[in-house]
Parts: sequence; structure tokens; C-alpha cells
Amino acid sequence: MTTYIIRRLFQLIPVLFGVTLLVFLLMHLTPGNPAQLIAGETASQSTIERIEVSMGLDDPLPVQYVNFVTDVAQLDFGYSYRNNTPVFDEIKPRFWVTMELAIYSTILSIFIGLIAGIVSAVRQYSVRDVTIMIIALFGMSMPNFWLGLMLMNWFSIQLGWFPPTGWGSVEQIVLPVITLGTAGAAVIARMTRSSMLDVISQDYIRTARAKGVHEQIVIYRHALKNALIPVVTVVGLQFGTLLAGTVLTETVFSINGLGRLVIDSIMARDFPVVQACILIISVIFVVVNLIVDISYTLLNKRIDMD
Amino acid sequence: MSTNESILEVTDLRTSFFTEGGEVKAVDGVTFDVPAGKTLGIVGESGSGKSITAMSILQLISHPGKIKGGEIKFRGKNLLDLTEKEMRKIRGNQISMIFQEPMTSLNPTYTVGQQIRESYKIHQGLGKKEGSKRAIEMLKLVGIPSPEKRLDQYPFELSGGMRQRVMIAMALACKPDLLIADEPTTALDVTIQAQILELIKELQDELGMSVVMITHDLGVVAETCDYVAVMYCGKVVEYADVRTLFKNPRHPYTVGLLKSLPRSDRDQEELTPIKGTVPSPDEMPVGCRFAPRCPFATDLCHEKLPSLDDVGDGEQIRCWIYTDEWNGDPGVKVYEPERTTES
Amino acid sequence: MSQKELLKVKNLKQYFPIKGGILGRTVNNVKAVDDISFTVHEGETVSVVGESGCGKSTTGRAILRLDNPTDGTVEFDGINLLDLNKKEMRKMRKDMQIIFQDPYASLNPRQTVRETLREAMAIQGVVPKEERADRIAELLETVGLQPYHADRYPHEFSGGQRQRIGIARALSVDPKLIVCDEAVSALDVSIQAQVLNLLKKFQKEMNLTYLFISHDLGVVRHISDRVIVMYLGKIVEVGDKKSIFENPQHPYTKALLSAIPVPDPDHDKDRIFLQGDVPSPIDPPTGCRFHTRCPFATERCKEETPELRSTGYMAEGHQGACHYMELIESGEHQPTRETSKVRQLSEEPERV
Repeated sequence: MTTYIIRRLFQLIPVLFGVTLLVFLLMHLTPGNPAQLIAGETASQSTIERIEVSMGLDDPLPVQYVNFVTDVAQLDFGYSYRNNTPVFDEIKPRFWVTMELAIYSTILSIFIGLIAGIVSAVRQYSVRDVTIMIIALFGMSMPNFWLGLMLMNWFSIQLGWFPPTGWGSVEQIVLPVITLGTAGAAVIARMTRSSMLDVISQDYIRTARAKGVHEQIVIYRHALKNALIPVVTVVGLQFGTLLAGTVLTETVFSINGLGRLVIDSIMARDFPVVQACILIISVIFVVVNLIVDISYTLLNKRIDMD
Repeated sequence: MSTNESILEVTDLRTSFFTEGGEVKAVDGVTFDVPAGKTLGIVGESGSGKSITAMSILQLISHPGKIKGGEIKFRGKNLLDLTEKEMRKIRGNQISMIFQEPMTSLNPTYTVGQQIRESYKIHQGLGKKEGSKRAIEMLKLVGIPSPEKRLDQYPFELSGGMRQRVMIAMALACKPDLLIADEPTTALDVTIQAQILELIKELQDELGMSVVMITHDLGVVAETCDYVAVMYCGKVVEYADVRTLFKNPRHPYTVGLLKSLPRSDRDQEELTPIKGTVPSPDEMPVGCRFAPRCPFATDLCHEKLPSLDDVGDGEQIRCWIYTDEWNGDPGVKVYEPERTTES
Repeated sequence: MSQKELLKVKNLKQYFPIKGGILGRTVNNVKAVDDISFTVHEGETVSVVGESGCGKSTTGRAILRLDNPTDGTVEFDGINLLDLNKKEMRKMRKDMQIIFQDPYASLNPRQTVRETLREAMAIQGVVPKEERADRIAELLETVGLQPYHADRYPHEFSGGQRQRIGIARALSVDPKLIVCDEAVSALDVSIQAQVLNLLKKFQKEMNLTYLFISHDLGVVRHISDRVIVMYLGKIVEVGDKKSIFENPQHPYTKALLSAIPVPDPDHDKDRIFLQGDVPSPIDPPTGCRFHTRCPFATERCKEETPELRSTGYMAEGHQGACHYMELIESGEHQPTRETSKVRQLSEEPERV
């Protein structure tokens, strides 16, 4: 197991290298000189050059890249062009908002997805099964900004149950989490169903029944643990989709999270902030998938961990 | 039948599968007895319904299958009258079952110990400590070395032979009266098969169990069984004690099976296969199911289904040849012992 | 049967690497086949028997170069197959066909029988285009199928019929050698007998040579002229059928034969129970690979690897790889282990 984790950590190195390189090149490949951007349209050539020197922009690209990585490793993402504040301070509060949104949504989608999937699988082709699967299909196909707008329209504007915007109080959390978690719940429900159906027909389930095990225990203890193995992978992949989805959800509900920050910063060509956001989101995604892979091997004893 | 009293009496058992193509009568009026303390072999080729019969006894048939009728009397009471809750108390406690694939019949995500302890928990309410103690005893009983260590291992850490031993330990945990073994050695190598069959036999003697041995292998039948029911297309065609069946088989299908079998213990000039193939469920013959492949079949055989009749000495045959209605060659010899060069 | 050597296998080795460690390098090898040599004469049936992991199927695959052997030579009709490039090998395949255990998996589900057979003939180019239709009809009839079966798909056939199609495909290119890899193992006995009879008939008519790989010793006794017994990648005994079945000399062969259930309730059972399971071929036991389970094993067996040899008790061409064959036969070397109990297991090596 330890060997496996160490090997997986080693495998992170090329991934992180790729991510940092892409993010770094992004800034250098986009048209427009950053120094010019900071100095403003009317700045003189000498001012621009001075800024370039102070920012290290006159160094050769590899040197710049190494400096960039060294800085990033110390959580130094430079200064925002817009506000001239350290990017790290800009991101920190928003990062937690987005993480809360993502985590609550993931928990919601796992919870709903598992229950719906199991209920469906236990009674394959029953009315209950078909209904759940139709709803799941809707949940998957609906664009989440549209779902967000609809929820806002019904529950905030028409019924007035929840505030339409913002983040913090319990009432404010409900609609964005539903908006963001629905697609994941649908995907997980479908995966759980097919995985459960597969497991239920396995020989060891028959063995459990032949032992006199109660049907509910057969399902929840003997089948579920095995059925979860492929579901865990889906949860990991779903988390990536979810992070992307935060951008739209945060925009719809005017939440000051990372997603909205990315959009605003792109609009304002505030490259250091964009860079840092993409970097952070990528790293989260990679780490989450590492955790998923490790829990996968913990669940599935048959995986060769060496 | 036998002088012993029977522990299990199956009468006219019918189990069907309801598919889009219609009803498939997998078990179609099966009748047999399992004498107490003895081993009954149920032998047949694929599609004969032997495994479905076994599953029906424990009512482990799931959708789209359904037990349509008949009687399964276990120690005098009809299992088909019991509620699901009462049936659960029988399974794994009074009647246990082991299966063909030891590689897939154990839950891969639980340890050997957890899986054996579960039986004790369900049927005897034992906790972890007492359950482990008993589990170790069982593993010892089935000849698994260092059982304390095995308890914490997962199935994937064991070889096929070891897994089948674990399955047997689990099945026998509550000292059942009847063990149903569904092709228990088909997936195992022949040297391991010999170990497992011997183990089942020894445990049967020690625990005084009765055994139903489901198999396609006539060698396994000859070695382990006291009585044999030969199944073809969902019906029993011949029921006899094991010596009679091998020395004086009477049903043309039984004879055909024996003549098709390549022997490892002697040289044979030629095999005599049964012609044709097993009919598919949607073109099941109306008369005797075996008539299209039977070398002796007459019009009567093609038109009317014979019943399973006593022919004396506890033997039962489902064949027109042994009835008064037989209209073919009156002196027909279904079986003539081969002249062989014994090795 | 002629004395012409059709297939000559010499020092064949087939190792499969195991990757592992943090860097995923080859850390060990599965020694599936480890230095075996044997000869098959034209027109005879040689069976390779043994339990799972003994390397019998790997041997068949290595000979046809379905895997690339690690070392050794495979001479077919005087040509070393392992020296051939892909194109030359493809030409040779015309003479060497294989029939697998699962006919369903080896037939293209989207091709009718006619397409399958036509494709086999076209690839090898043995049958002129205009004769192919007649040839297909003829082949189907030979294997006991009807001409109208030609336009059906594999899923429309039963297991026995599919195996007949597999045989028809193998025969379609007029091969010299057919490797039958558990070719009848999946079939019910009544159907199995039909297919076995068919194989025997073709052998007589077309002077075919069979390398018959099987775990079923009844089938092997019926079809073979000679038998090779393998254990953990090595040949432990080889000889004509009569010698192997009636006068086995290697303790493993004896145990294997004694373990087969005989369909005769009066059969005298003098069973030798081997201890535990077959060890892993990754780190096979030193010396004689069978020593961990052999009833007669001594210290010498742990250290010295026995070579195939003959003793005074053996007929011509009968060889075994055991240090003690003649001493066991004369009664001078007695068992060193209990073989009558199934519940006296020694500690087996850990499986990883």
C-alpha cells in the first residue's frame, strides 16, 4: 500500500509539471504585453522596460518558468494587475466559498445518487426504477445555469422560500448546491444502478442468500460494498465537472467564489489571478483523483497495489 | 425405494423462467428422494435443469424464474409452504449449499473470517469472539493449514482448492442435515477435485449429513453417490442406486451417456455418441423429450410422454420400452455391456 | 503413421515479465514454459496434459507463435519458425491451425459461416476463388453441418455446432498440423463424443497431425498416440499412450491418474492425495518442481533438477524426469509423506 501511494505521488510530478507549464505558457502566448497592461496604454517605452525588468520579464523563458514555479511553490502568485494586491490574498476567501459549494454539492450528489441507484437496481424495470431513471436522464441533460435560473424563479421569486443570491447562510446555500449537485447525482444514480445490477447477479450474492442472510443485508452489506468500487471512480471524475460547473452556478447566484473570480479576471485581463485560479483548480482535481484512487484500492482488495 | 427414511422428498417440482420468448420450463415435474445419510447424485448435461432443481430446493430462484408447483418435503414438512422468514432459518442452517465456482462464490471484499462468522451470527446469534473460535474449528475440520491466519485473509489470497474448502467450512458451519453441492469440483484441477470429493465424503460420515451432488461427470457420480437421478430436459428419466445405474442402465439416454464417455481407465475402440443435440426450449418435443435422439424411438415415443414408473428394486424409469404399451421390438436390448480390455 | 518428424521443439522457453515496484520495471518472470523439448511425427496425435499453470496451453501458443517464445527452437517441416519474419510466418500458418476451447470467442460474431470460411481461404490463398463455394459446402458436410448453415451467424448455433465450424475453418486451408487447445472441454459428453469421432476421422482421411492440449485424461486416452505430462512448465513424463496410462513411472503422473474419478462404482480406488495446490510459476520450487507435493521427495529433489531419462521398467520412447523412478518401482524407495489423507496439509507457500 505504501509503495502504491509513493508511486502515485511520483506520478503526480509529470502531471504538475504539465499543469504549471501550460498555465505559464498561457500567459506568454496570449497577445499583449503584461508590462504594457500594467503601465497602461499611454506609458512610455522606458516605463514598460522598467516594469519588465522588475518583473523579470526580460529573462529567457526557461528562467522565467523556473522562477514562476519557485514562487508558486511558496504560494506566491504575484500581484493582481487590477488591484495590485497579492493574488494569494485575493483568492483565499473565495477559494473557501467555492470549496464549500463543491463539497456540499458532492455530498448531495453522492447521497441522492446512491439511494436512487440502489432503489432502482433492487427492483429492475419496476415503475419506481423507470421513474428514477427518467428523472436521472433529465438531471444529466439539463444545463445547470438553466436549472439554477428555474430554481431561483420558483423558490426565490415566486415562493420566496430562499434568497436568490449570495452565500453564507443555510438558506443561501440550498439552491446553488441543488443546482450544482443535480447532474452529479444523476450520473452517480445511473452508475450505482448498473453496478448494483451487475453485482447482484454475482455468485457470492447467491452464496449469501444460500447462507440465510436477510435480503436487506444482502443488498446493503454484501452487494453495496462491491458495487461502490466503480462508483468511487465516477465520483472522482464528477468532481472535475463540478469544479467547472461552479463558474456558472456562482455567476447565476452571484456568489463570490473562485469561478466568478476567474470570469471577472479574464474580462479584466488580470493574468496572474487567472493563472493562480487555474493552477489551484487543477491541483485540487489531481489531488481529489489521487484520493479516489487510493480509496479505490482500499475498497477493492483484489487490485494489485505493487 | 430405499429402506432408509428419506430426508428430502421432491415431488413433481416445476420451475419456469418467464422470458420475452415465453415460458421456459427448466424443471418440469421432477420427482426424487434423498435417503437420510446418503448421497443422491443428480446428473445431466447442460440444460437438463439439474442446477435449477438444486436452487429450487432452497428457493433461491430469482426473477424472472418462478417455482410453479410441486412439493419439497424436508423432514416431513413442505418447504414451499414456509414464509420467506422461515425459509431463511433453513438456509445455511439445516440445508446448505456449495457452488461450482469457488473463485467467485466468496465475497471479494470481506475476509474469510467475516464470511464464516456471519453464518454463526445469523443462525446462532454468536458474537465476534465466539464466532471466530468456531470458524477456526471449521477451517481445521476442512483441513486448512494455520486457520488463525486464514481468518483475516481475503478470498483473492487463497487458491481455488482452498477457497472451495472455505466454502465447505462456511456451508457446514451450522452442521446442516443436508448439503447441496452444485458441481463443487467442476472448476478445479483433477488432483484438487480428488481432495475435495474425499473431504465431502469424510465430513458426511463424521457429521451424518445427507448430500445432493449435482454434476455432469459420471465419474464423480460413481465415486461419491449412493443413488442417482439422471435428468434430461427438465425431467428425471432414470432413478436407481449407483451400482444398478452403471452396471445395468436401462434408459436409452443413460446408456447413450455411458457410451459417449471417453474412459481413462481402459482403452476403447470407438465412442458411440448420442446423435443430434438437446432440443431448444421453444422446440421441445411433445412426446418423450429424448425421442428425437433415441435409437429405439417409435411413433408412440414421439407422440406421448412416458411417466416415471417404478420398475422394481427401487428403480424408476421414464421410458415406453419398460411399459405394457411398448409397440416396438419386444426383445429390444437397450444396454449390452461392452467387451473391454480392462487395464 | 510415418516416421517423419513434422514438429521438433527444442529447449523452448516462454517467460512472461511481471512489472512492479515504484518504477514499474520487470521484477520477475512467470516461467510458464521452462526449457522443454519434444518431437511430433507426421500423422500422429500427441497430447499435452497437466493441470492449470503447467504451461500446456502456453506451449501450443508458443509453437504457433501466438506469443513470442523467449528462447529455443520450433522446427516445423525442417524450418525454424522462430527465425521467420511476420510475412514468412503468415505463410507457414496455412500448415498450422488451432482450434480453441471456446468456439464462440474465436469466431467473428458479425460474420456468417460462409464469410468466415471464405476469409480463411482467401488469406492463405490455397483454394482458387471459383472453387471456394463448392469447398465450403463440402467442408460443412464433412463436419456434419447442412449447406444452409453457411449463411447463419455464430450465435445461431449450439456449442457443439460452433466447435464444428471451428474445425471446418481449421480444415479449410488444408493444414498439416492442428493444435487443439482444450477443443472439446466445453462440450457435453454426448456432443464431445461426436466431435472426437470427427477429429479421428479427419486424421485418417487427411493424414493430419494433432497436438492435443487437454486436462481431461479420458479424452486424452481416447485420442492420443503419445502423451506428454507437464507440471509447472516442465515435462515430467513422456511416452506412448499405453506406457503413460498403464505403466506411469513419475510420481506426479501416478497421482494425476489416480485422482481421476472413474465411472464405475466397483473401480478399485487406490488414491494418492497430493498435498496442497500447485505452487506459483513465478518462483517455482528449486530442483524438481514437484518436490513440494511429491510423496517420495527427499533432500536431493530440492537441490538437483531431474532430467528426462529411461529406466529398465520403461518401454522404448518412454521417459520420466525423476531421480527415483526405478527405486520406487522396485520398492527400495518408500514414500516420505502421507498420501492417504486429505486433511493433513503441510503449510503451502504464501500466494501473493
